[in-house]
Amino acid sequence: MPYLTGLPLPESHVDYNEFWQGCRMNELPVQKCKDCGWYRHYPRPLCPKCYSWNAEWSKVSGKGMVWSWTIITHPIHPAVVDKVPYNLVEIELSEQEGLRLISNLIDCRPEEIHIGMPVEVVFEEVTPEITLPRFKRTS
Amino acid sequence: MATMRDKYAIVGIGHTDYSLSSGRSELDLALEAIMAAIEDAGLGFNDIDGIVGDYPNRVDPMTIATALGMRNFGFFIETDFGGGGVPGGLLHAIAGIEAGRATSVVCYKSLNGSSKLTLPGFAFAVEPHEHGFTRPFGLLAPVAYAALSARRHMHQYGTTSRQFGAIAVACRKHANRNPNAIMYGEPMTIGDHQNSKMIADPLRLFDCYVEADGAAACVVASAERAKNLKQQPVYIMATAQACGPYLSRGTKDPTIEENETSYLAQQLFSMSGLVPSDLDVLQIYDDFTPFVLMAIEDLGFCSKGEGGPFVESGTIEWPDGKLPLNTSGGNLSEGCIEGFNHIVEAVKQLRGASTAQVKDAEIAMVCGANGVATSGLILRR
Repeated sequence: MPYLTGLPLPESHVDYNEFWQGCRMNELPVQKCKDCGWYRHYPRPLCPKCYSWNAEWSKVSGKGMVWSWTIITHPIHPAVVDKVPYNLVEIELSEQEGLRLISNLIDCRPEEIHIGMPVEVVFEEVTPEITLPRFKRTS
Repeated sequence: MATMRDKYAIVGIGHTDYSLSSGRSELDLALEAIMAAIEDAGLGFNDIDGIVGDYPNRVDPMTIATALGMRNFGFFIETDFGGGGVPGGLLHAIAGIEAGRATSVVCYKSLNGSSKLTLPGFAFAVEPHEHGFTRPFGLLAPVAYAALSARRHMHQYGTTSRQFGAIAVACRKHANRNPNAIMYGEPMTIGDHQNSKMIADPLRLFDCYVEADGAAACVVASAERAKNLKQQPVYIMATAQACGPYLSRGTKDPTIEENETSYLAQQLFSMSGLVPSDLDVLQIYDDFTPFVLMAIEDLGFCSKGEGGPFVESGTIEWPDGKLPLNTSGGNLSEGCIEGFNHIVEAVKQLRGASTAQVKDAEIAMVCGANGVATSGLILRR
């Protein structure tokens, strides 16, 4: 059973589809500039560092650490009325400082979560089209 | 823009009652605030030839113009973005006048909280287009971004929930002098803050704004024109918009020195020729308490990481604090008109008409929302 279900899912978008296609194959493709090597997330057409249009989808390690976290304790949206409390984390991937994405930790109680905690990606299929990258702790 | 200082003025202000549920449409509320502002300025409807709204808006400038029966008005725009964009609306008003396309521009914001999601609100008015990277994980409202930034600030600098609470308590104290504040007559102690319901740990209910029904408006004209109008002009010493590479719909990293609000501070202080110690009163966008604390740091009123002790010291509380903050109660306790209430309150301070009047207030700052593209004002009487 995925960590959270019933929430709005990603819609098809020409700039983002390769990210979600990668997740479906249990890979975490992050856009990387082919000229200066800078990773960027969310995906976007141009490198904000060197203005190059050349980019590749780099399969990153999926390892990182908890940059910040919260426990949503009050249903702040109809979609989560029966989901609270749940954790929401911002993960910094090990490939680059500041390369962060929003996700959840699937194997932690709230009191176990802390900043700096090492984690790695796990893939949860929520529909035949969409697999979400979530995280679990590593030692 | 350096030469813009004091060339333009706020010549009229207007607002509706602020309430939890008015039963009125945004257009209805907007028109009341706009008509009040025009009347306050001593102008007639036919004098208004420009309209500035704030995106996202349910009642856009064309709708306003139609409702007012305006003919042949040639300047209208909506600024980005929400609570960040509101003070910058006045920059666009000035641009329209400077370009010769308008002489008297009305700026407005109108909200009807009761028509939005009420669980308890805090939902995005519009969805950022990257929502596919956040919503499936349960990041569904701005309070979650604020919680992630707040946690990081606490981790880095030892900031505490009680320090966030000091901001909420100060705003509530000020609201309790303002009969138009939604939280008027409902005092709050730091203990009440600490006991309020957890929403998104570490943020509690009293760290969050009060969603409101209401509208506010002002009229901008040249200083020259302002001389012949009804009110004592409030001069615009500086106004700017600011955006930076590390934000816009991601989580604000509170440790980065260069960000939207620090860029805003650079521009406002450089245009006005002032330094932070010149300010008499502050109106800082308060959707969530941690963003106020971070703005105080980024604007240069204290060093990075010192926001907690700064707000806890009483500095921001009227009447004894050196730098009273959100003297009408702000979004946290007066009601959230996305910061247009902050502009109205700054003008009232400089007219000597606030319900928490700072003695001899001469210079006020208005700062828009933190963690998104923002904007601000420095005003003087």
